Amino acid sequence: MLQLEPRAATPWWLAIASPLMAVVATMVAGGALFALMGFDPVASIRTIFWDPLFGPASGYSRPQLLVKAGPLILIASGLAIGFRAGIWNIGAEGQYIIGGICGAAVALAAYPAEGAWIFPAMVLAGAAGGWAWGMIPATLRNWTGASEILVSLMLVYVAQRVAAWMAFGPMRSPEGFGMPGSRNLQHYPSAANPELAAGTGAHWGVIAAGLAVLATWFLMSRHIRGFRIRVAGMAPRAARFAGVRPETLVAFCLGLSGALAGMAGLFEVSGPGGQITDSFGSGYGFTAIIVAFLGRLHPLGILLAGLLLALTYIGGELAQLMLQLPAATVQVFQGMLLFFLLGFDTLTRYRLRWRAAK
Amino acid sequence: MCNGRNRLTCQKHDGDGVTTAELFRAEGLSKTYPGVRANDDVSFCVAAGEIHALLGENGAGKSTLVKTIYGLIRPDAGQMRLGGAPHAPADPHAARAAGVGMVFQHFSLFDALTVAENIALGMDAPPRRADLSRRIAQVSAAYGLPLNPARRIESLSAGERQRVEIVRCLLGNPRLLIMDEPTSVLTPQEAEILFATLRQLAAQGTAILYISHKLDEIRTHCDRATILRQGRVVSTVNPRDHSARELAAMMVGAEMRLVDRSGRQAGEVVLTVAGLTSAPASEGTSLQDVGFQVRSGEILGIGGVAGNGQEELIAALSGETTGRPGTVMLDGGDLSAQGPEPRRRAGLLAAPEDRLGHAAVPEMSLTENAILTGATRQQLQKRGVIDHRAARCFAETIIADFDVRTPGPATAAGALSGGNLQKFVIGREILQNPRALVVNQPTWGVDAGAAAAIRQALLDLAGRGAAVVVISQDLDELLELSDRFAALNNGRLSAPVATEGLTLEQIGLMLGGAHGMEVAHVAA
Amino acid sequence: MIGWTTLLLLMSAATPILFAALGEAIAERSGVLNLGVEGMMITGALAGFAAAHATGSPLAGFVAGAAAGAAISLIFGVLTQYLLTNQVATGLALTMFGLGLTAMFGRPYEGVKAPSMPGGPLGVNWAIWLGLALVPVTWFVLNRTRRGLILRGVGENHDAAHALGYKVRLVRLTAIAIGGALAGIGGAYVSIATVLQWTEGMTAGAGWIALAIVVFAGWSPWGVLAGAWLFGGVAVLQLRLQAAGVAVPVQLLSMAPYLATIIVLVIISARQKYRGRGSAAPGSLGRPFHATR
Repeated sequence: MLQLEPRAATPWWLAIASPLMAVVATMVAGGALFALMGFDPVASIRTIFWDPLFGPASGYSRPQLLVKAGPLILIASGLAIGFRAGIWNIGAEGQYIIGGICGAAVALAAYPAEGAWIFPAMVLAGAAGGWAWGMIPATLRNWTGASEILVSLMLVYVAQRVAAWMAFGPMRSPEGFGMPGSRNLQHYPSAANPELAAGTGAHWGVIAAGLAVLATWFLMSRHIRGFRIRVAGMAPRAARFAGVRPETLVAFCLGLSGALAGMAGLFEVSGPGGQITDSFGSGYGFTAIIVAFLGRLHPLGILLAGLLLALTYIGGELAQLMLQLPAATVQVFQGMLLFFLLGFDTLTRYRLRWRAAK
Repeated sequence: MCNGRNRLTCQKHDGDGVTTAELFRAEGLSKTYPGVRANDDVSFCVAAGEIHALLGENGAGKSTLVKTIYGLIRPDAGQMRLGGAPHAPADPHAARAAGVGMVFQHFSLFDALTVAENIALGMDAPPRRADLSRRIAQVSAAYGLPLNPARRIESLSAGERQRVEIVRCLLGNPRLLIMDEPTSVLTPQEAEILFATLRQLAAQGTAILYISHKLDEIRTHCDRATILRQGRVVSTVNPRDHSARELAAMMVGAEMRLVDRSGRQAGEVVLTVAGLTSAPASEGTSLQDVGFQVRSGEILGIGGVAGNGQEELIAALSGETTGRPGTVMLDGGDLSAQGPEPRRRAGLLAAPEDRLGHAAVPEMSLTENAILTGATRQQLQKRGVIDHRAARCFAETIIADFDVRTPGPATAAGALSGGNLQKFVIGREILQNPRALVVNQPTWGVDAGAAAAIRQALLDLAGRGAAVVVISQDLDELLELSDRFAALNNGRLSAPVATEGLTLEQIGLMLGGAHGMEVAHVAA
Repeated sequence: MIGWTTLLLLMSAATPILFAALGEAIAERSGVLNLGVEGMMITGALAGFAAAHATGSPLAGFVAGAAAGAAISLIFGVLTQYLLTNQVATGLALTMFGLGLTAMFGRPYEGVKAPSMPGGPLGVNWAIWLGLALVPVTWFVLNRTRRGLILRGVGENHDAAHALGYKVRLVRLTAIAIGGALAGIGGAYVSIATVLQWTEGMTAGAGWIALAIVVFAGWSPWGVLAGAWLFGGVAVLQLRLQAAGVAVPVQLLSMAPYLATIIVLVIISARQKYRGRGSAAPGSLGRPFHATR
């Protein structure tokens, strides 16, 4: 009988190998699924994972990589800190939407004024909006003990309806011929978040994601606060003993991840998205959860995982275009990836041993 | 009857010269886990009607052995016989069907369920609800173990919970009753009552396998004792023929080191606790007006059965819970409203009972565990930035000074044996040079060598002028270490008295005596 | 005025949640926190719709919904019980996977109409009756039978249950599968009996609301019924307000179920925290079980 035996410590190579094995397993299982559906598995996998970078159309798709990876990395960096502490913010999607709305609100209020203060003010408003939306589950948990998982998730549905209301109501563009949706901020120079260097796809959100990776790395591996966050996740009582107040930790983690998700929303609405629509949320907040796990909650890992999942987005679109694969392929891939990740992660915590029946 | 390599006599001689026959026999039982030979060629036998002690240190293999008998573990090699027939239970259901009952050290009870439901879960074919209640009442009455079947476990005291476990076993009419460290949760008076029950059972022919490391009670109450050391049987003896000292030597394999209490002088008052009352919590015991003073160079021992407020007391002293002004004072400074970090800065340090997950993080390295409480006092951080080199240095010092057996400071705390990790935890606090140190169960689950080293280190710390509070369930330990003794019972602390001249019986009364338990009625 | 039609609407709106929450209550009573209810519901919704459409029989649809929900829940079961993965993360994965899978395979069914549900006694369809009947049945099984006692024991203290010889993982796997089947029926009810067609993501958070209702219910089947009806009432009220043309944007009105869920959750949690009453949550809820020596 195969048995699991706890390991005292994870070998470093296994920590790297387990997400890679999960990715390979996902490709194999995904290929099998495609074959079942009557698609050529090899061609499908190549279209998703290879062609966006090196295929014939890569000139268009390559810049998209950073465009998609930016928000994923920014959000996942914040989520990972909370996950390390055992605080489950699964409502980043809602914080992203509210951050986008708050940032856009500043721009729409300032319109048509021009000024260098406008964009920084939008970034602040976006972060503040996301922070505030994240502080709702934090405050409710601290005051009443309500599960932050359920509250943050419920607030996603609420945020989606706020976005729809904004798009149909208060934020509807007066020049939009009655169509839902706000003004397009890309056409408003002081508020726009343009591509910084042509052909790279890099906008301010990508810079912010890079900074977030560096900052969270410093926090988690060099700073005493990060150390205590890790302690809290592994042994909550030891964290109390070390002097961590659980309430402070909940507020810090949900507030920080909310602020980062809000900023991601703002960079999206002022950049690639351009406007608040009734379907402003695009699932980045949920995909970022997978990014955080695939990166094993480590900032550097999150950077690579964000790029990989961005690739699946672009590759998925390409496969839809070229092979008529269903649009939801990416979602299935992401779900499978998370399953495999969790499964292979067991290997880092336990040793597999073959024993004669007990 | 007893043949083979290990020729053992298995007769129990009663006063009137009647002999009773062997009931259970183990031959050559072995069980290996990675890195540990938990049981190595264990052979012994138990006669019907005898109270047979299984004696050994933590990690000697007692638990593995009884779990094998109860069907929770399959041995790698060896056989067992029960009542003449081969005994190889596939699971506890089979063991119970064969007539084995077991009372666990950490109760196997379900807090949110009722007494009746708990008992039903311990039986394989429980009668209907009404019949079950009646049978519980019968057994309770016959053995002096009063129980209300409708009560929930969470509302019961430790002694009552044990009663539930025992009644659950007795309803299965066991031929062999295994009891794993049953008196560790009882006061001396309660333990006496338990033994009266066991005597009664033995008189009716039940064999009792009694696990303990308490030498005195084994000498008083057990007919024979099998001593285990490092998974092997050292010897089977009549415990009444040996002194506690001799039994300990057999158990440990060496003479016990005695601690040196000399060279201490009580000085000025360092730690003052007054009117400490904790908010009522849904679980646990709340403290009621706890107060004491500890002087420089003095050790105050706080005894009590677990669950009487020990956890709450150490949390209130370490700063994990804060209190009203004036309740916790160190050198005249009020620390009541401060959390753990400011208290450490002021010199009040603590070491909680649970090594894995409270005093240390099992998944983290020893270096990181050194940071856990040493960050401020040892300057392992500057403006929040961790100085990893200084932290490793501190961890190495602890390892060297306290003889922690480990490959190095990068080892995960969870990979250390209980004794070594406890030496690390106590060493970490002592090396920070506290003004006052509070420890809870400093030698719980620790081998004798490490326990002696830890006790000596606490005495030495007091010798250097610190105030030390030792909270423990181990009364022998408290008598050995402390200058004054106080008992914690149901959240209240008795007035501390000088330890010298205290008897175990006096201590037992301070701990609340028998908590309303009844002496077994002599069965008709 | 609460008339019979309103009550009918309320019960109909409550039924998917009732099934899903009863199933989750059973799983949680065994100590498993499965956050994948939404994923299991949506899987049941698609499988149920597809089977009902193919056979023309709503009954076949409900059976298929139950089977699909149970099947997909077993992925979660194997990962959490045998590979000891984190239950929160695995449940999330199940929800994401279920939503993705159904979006992928559901495309051919978009715009197709479901076969009509036969009416039942008092004009209430038999799926609603089944849901109502399940409440006392679940209560009885959990509280008055040996199997229920073992399930509660496993959920309350898995170490003790193991020490007494009960098969913790098997009990939990069974509870997870029952939870999956009931969530699948709940999902099938949405597509077959309420919306009458398939649309991507059509359960719209009902699975998450079911999770909150289990907490509200204090893990008791009767509490689940009360919670589901409360939710149904909010949903009906919102529809009535919309129909009456209240001067509140429709998007804001449609937040009502989610806000109501948060409010209910907060009130219940606060009561447990400040009344000094400990939570009624099973003692081993969400903790992985690994048999030690």
